[in-house]
Amino acid sequence: MTKRFALGIFEDEDVLLHAVENIRGAGVKIYEVFTPFPIHGMDDAMGIERSRLPIAAFFYGMTGLAFALWLQIYTLGFDWPMIIGGKPHIALPAFIPVSFELTVFFCCHGMVITFYTISKLYPRWKTPVLDVRSTDDKFVVAIELNENSDLNGLAKLLRENGASEVNEKEMTKN
Amino acid sequence: MATLTHHESATAEYLEVSPGTNRKFFMIIVAGVILLAIGILASVLGWGGHHEAAGAAHGAAAAHGAEHEGSPIWLKRVLVSLWHSNIFFVGVSTIGTFFVALQYVAYAGWSVLIKRINEAMSAWILPGAIIMLIVFFVGRHDLFHWTHEGIMDPKSANYDAIIAGKSGFLNLPFYLIRMVVYLGIWWFFSERLRKISLAEDLNGGTEYFHKSINVAALFLVLYAVTSSMSAWDWVMSVDVHWFSTMFGWYVFASWWVSGIAVTTLTAIYLKQAGYLRFVNSNHLHDLGKFMFGFSIFWTYVWFSQFMLIWYANLPEEAVYFNQRLGGFNGAYTWIFFFNLVINFVFPFLLMMTRDAKRQMIMLKIVSIAILIGHWSDFYLMFMPATMKGDNGFIIEIGVALIFLGSFLILFTKRLSQASLVPVHHPFLDESVHHTT
Repeated sequence: MTKRFALGIFEDEDVLLHAVENIRGAGVKIYEVFTPFPIHGMDDAMGIERSRLPIAAFFYGMTGLAFALWLQIYTLGFDWPMIIGGKPHIALPAFIPVSFELTVFFCCHGMVITFYTISKLYPRWKTPVLDVRSTDDKFVVAIELNENSDLNGLAKLLRENGASEVNEKEMTKN
Repeated sequence: MATLTHHESATAEYLEVSPGTNRKFFMIIVAGVILLAIGILASVLGWGGHHEAAGAAHGAAAAHGAEHEGSPIWLKRVLVSLWHSNIFFVGVSTIGTFFVALQYVAYAGWSVLIKRINEAMSAWILPGAIIMLIVFFVGRHDLFHWTHEGIMDPKSANYDAIIAGKSGFLNLPFYLIRMVVYLGIWWFFSERLRKISLAEDLNGGTEYFHKSINVAALFLVLYAVTSSMSAWDWVMSVDVHWFSTMFGWYVFASWWVSGIAVTTLTAIYLKQAGYLRFVNSNHLHDLGKFMFGFSIFWTYVWFSQFMLIWYANLPEEAVYFNQRLGGFNGAYTWIFFFNLVINFVFPFLLMMTRDAKRQMIMLKIVSIAILIGHWSDFYLMFMPATMKGDNGFIIEIGVALIFLGSFLILFTKRLSQASLVPVHHPFLDESVHHTT
């Protein structure tokens, strides 16, 4: 599928931030903003909802905690009970470090895998870059075009808000 | 999103402490005095079954001879709680300076708008130092077993070989020198950083900022040593036979998280009173993260100390937890668990989500819980060692309220003496535009 984009190229992040607010305020939907580094306040300006990753992280953590407790209670309490330091077989204070570590382990790995999957960052995936200069010193606002789009109007809007140039680009996505 | 240009930067704001507010603080002190009086009366007259039982145990101890000495129970309780609450408030006060120093050294920008709160917190260091010296001179025999007559003299009946072995460190002149040095360093650097900051308000320019960084870096190095050593001196040496290498960190963690709770609470109260116009949920979010993170840090240190002692189970170490868990007829058992719940479980669960860290009401609840929790953490450090089974709460809470009221009067007074916004701090704009 081929998509067409209008690309507004910006030189400065402050200008960009205000431009994004104004463009959205003018009722134009922004497809994506490409920047060389993360910009504070950009998520709010673009109206991106907060990620639900923390909720997933909580459940990964609980899974890890449950697994750790099961592992220690079953192996040390039932499967192969041993007396260690004169403590009871199921001695909870001694289980806390392992439980903590496995909670963190499950939580981190679960989050990384989930994040890569939903961001489509698995191996061999080609990430579309609309303008390579956005990996160096330019900030790029991409607006998706359809047959009804008024390209001249968009170009005017972008330039009024501080874009140094406006380009049109086609991208074939598979 | 609030967006400001350079010309709309934050301007000076001056806090006015109304007579009504000061009356409230004064009422806290009055309430404390009343509680203290009731507590003393209750202790002298022996109200309540607990004290009769304690009295009986006391008779037995007195029959032993050398076991009991010093002041009557009520006086001992007053002295110990004066020391207890003062250590708590002096520590929290110093955290204000520590926080400012840390932010300077880290080149942190977000905290500039709340910096004046931290600067004002150190108002208690000097009065606290004077109270500490007085309480030490009056009540040292009730607080510190190692100060007893003849305890380091082999010929004396009171001789204790273990304590005598520590005489190189725990002797009166050296102890006093150390105490004065710690408090002197903390007070000197607090005043110095404050003075540079106020000069910056008047004159502007970045030289004050660079000077502050140098002063802050030196203070942090000195504070790293003095905070640990003061914890051994003032807190750990009440349990003079016992020792723990984690203890300095443990006490520091308690002070630190309480200091952040004070900062957060003050920022919220000022905000709700219409001050700190530019402090928003982003700044509160960062303070919330600090409270959340350092509650966990405190627990980590607490548990590191507990688990090693529990696992090794050596009598000379385990005695500390024996006294607090079930010792003295279980006088401290509930507060031991209360301590863990209010200082760890409660902030951990309440501050976990992002939304909670950005809401004033949640931050308020957690800050107050942390302050009560860490005051009782210090209670748990001091009371079993000094009061044994004769502990109580009315006198202790009364004394704490007197301290709280006095602290608030001095703290708000200092807060009103300078602009709440450090107008010429080079990172002020960064703080105004801070987003999390």
